[in-house]
Amino acid sequence: MSSLTMRPCGDFRTSYKQDNTIFETKNIKHVAIIAIAFLCAAPYLVDAYYLTLFIQISYLGIAALGLNILVGYTGQISLGHGAFFGFGAFASAWLNISFGIPVLLCIPLAGFLTMGVGMVFGLPASRIKGLYLAIATLAAQFILEDFFARADWFSGGSAGSSADPINLFGFAFDTDESFFYVALFALVFMYIWGCNLMRSREGRAFIAVRDHYLSAEIMGIKLNKYRLLSFGVSSFYAGIGGALYAHYLGYVSAEGFTLFMSIQFLAMIIIGGLGSIKGTLMGVVFMVFLPEALEGGVGLMKMTEWGNIPMVVDGLAYIKEMAIGLVIILFLIFEPEGMAHRWGQIKNYWKFYPFSY
Amino acid sequence: MTTSILNIEQISLAFGGVKALTDVSFSVKQGSVFSIIGPNGAGKTSMLNCISGRYRPNSGKITFDGKEVTHLRPNDRADLGMGRTFQNLALFGHMSVLDNIMVGRHHLLKNNWLTGPLYWTSGAQKEELAHRRKVEEVIDFLEISHIRKSVAGTLSYGLRKRVELARAMALNPKLILLDEPMAGMNLEEKEDMARYILDLNEEFGITVVMIEHDMGVVMDISHEVMVLDFGKKLISGLPDEVMADPYVKRAYLGLEEDAEDTVQADVKLEEVS
Repeated sequence: MSSLTMRPCGDFRTSYKQDNTIFETKNIKHVAIIAIAFLCAAPYLVDAYYLTLFIQISYLGIAALGLNILVGYTGQISLGHGAFFGFGAFASAWLNISFGIPVLLCIPLAGFLTMGVGMVFGLPASRIKGLYLAIATLAAQFILEDFFARADWFSGGSAGSSADPINLFGFAFDTDESFFYVALFALVFMYIWGCNLMRSREGRAFIAVRDHYLSAEIMGIKLNKYRLLSFGVSSFYAGIGGALYAHYLGYVSAEGFTLFMSIQFLAMIIIGGLGSIKGTLMGVVFMVFLPEALEGGVGLMKMTEWGNIPMVVDGLAYIKEMAIGLVIILFLIFEPEGMAHRWGQIKNYWKFYPFSY
Repeated sequence: MTTSILNIEQISLAFGGVKALTDVSFSVKQGSVFSIIGPNGAGKTSMLNCISGRYRPNSGKITFDGKEVTHLRPNDRADLGMGRTFQNLALFGHMSVLDNIMVGRHHLLKNNWLTGPLYWTSGAQKEELAHRRKVEEVIDFLEISHIRKSVAGTLSYGLRKRVELARAMALNPKLILLDEPMAGMNLEEKEDMARYILDLNEEFGITVVMIEHDMGVVMDISHEVMVLDFGKKLISGLPDEVMADPYVKRAYLGLEEDAEDTVQADVKLEEVS
């Protein structure tokens, strides 16, 4: 029979515990651990510029995982994720400045605050679906944006607010190299948290609500509770991601958290794969590296004789912008299920290599 | 043995002007197999939906296991020990069979969104494994161990029905409601299903209320049969009594005279053509 995962031969499982691991096989687990170990050494190996990219992947990745729990796993939709991300950033800075709470504590607290706000805006979510819900969350986006611009006591209004770097026992994580470790730890922690959430009671309830809400209710799942909780967890992730962003940059301004950001989050999880945790990370990596790769492509083009033609040189910036759009469209047409799905197919292809059946 | 687990008193349900159910009363004895039969549109599924909480009856009272449940939400009824399957398959299509059945354990699990992710330290893992063991018992019982890792949406019809039954059984129910468990199955699958229903009734002591069209099965495995027609209860009793009732024969089973009539009609039609 078709099985969920094609396991390699020799991988025998003798207990339920072995059958319930985060990673499918031991090899994948070892590869992941080695990869993390390598990343720990990254500040000594690679250029500081790549560290900033990784930190970007980290805070965007955490927030995107939140959105994937909401959209991919629970089947709700949110167009206000960028605003929740911003709320987390402001909340953490505000808690730190106004109450003098240490930054390290501010980050989870900001997560919980954002969770509260997300659940307030998620209240209609337990009652409406589809496009109507999209519009309701769009309202959340604009209300929060307006709030950031006006609430001087909270966000510093149009001037923005400054955020202190993370400080632990007198050691300030204020450089890219040191913040890198914070970002890495947060990313790994929140992704493990997500994996565990999805393989325990609440995660199954989320998927049940998405797949067949009528029978989910018959199975004893409170629909309203789980739709609301999903909004809460998603905002929690957004808040943590936002807080990391704030303390990394050291300054938060209200302009960044627009609808465009929300759409970008959606694009990340659609490209990566809805309802897939590793897909979320793939999508975020893709979206962060795409502009870089295009930049590199443009650089190469400039070096050739094409670079001498003024029209091409002027147009290159636009070509870059358009290419991002093109890539997203191509993805939606040829791989609507995301990179995680394609990854699985490639893996299966090589597993069976000469014999495709 | 003869205490009743489910009491339906004077249930009426109307959708606008359409009366789906009119003053239906019956009671189901603890540990019995109770079948509801009747022609299409007779209100059988509406009755089941009232019991499981999908519909709120306009009037009447439903008592389950000594508690009134008429206005309880469906998810609260699951806590009380009521499981059901659907006529049109209602599995969680993208989940594995195992996860589908684990959803059935939902109301027995204790972890929440904060303790669940702290998997190793909060006891969530222990809980998962303990319940996995229970789920495996159900899987063994229904002989679906070979497909436990398959995605539910990819299975054949008969297997999906069986997984649905497994999911309902994982609830640890006292009462299980089956909406046409054998519809669209071949003879072999029907025999299997009938055996599972009898076994879960006898071994696990689960009371069964089922809707079924296959009269052979209904007459063979039910302790009691109720006939609904146009939302009204025609008769209920032992299978043989119900079979013998002339009104039932005419309304549902088809009387022999009717058969002759149709034969004659066919002959006439042939003559005309």
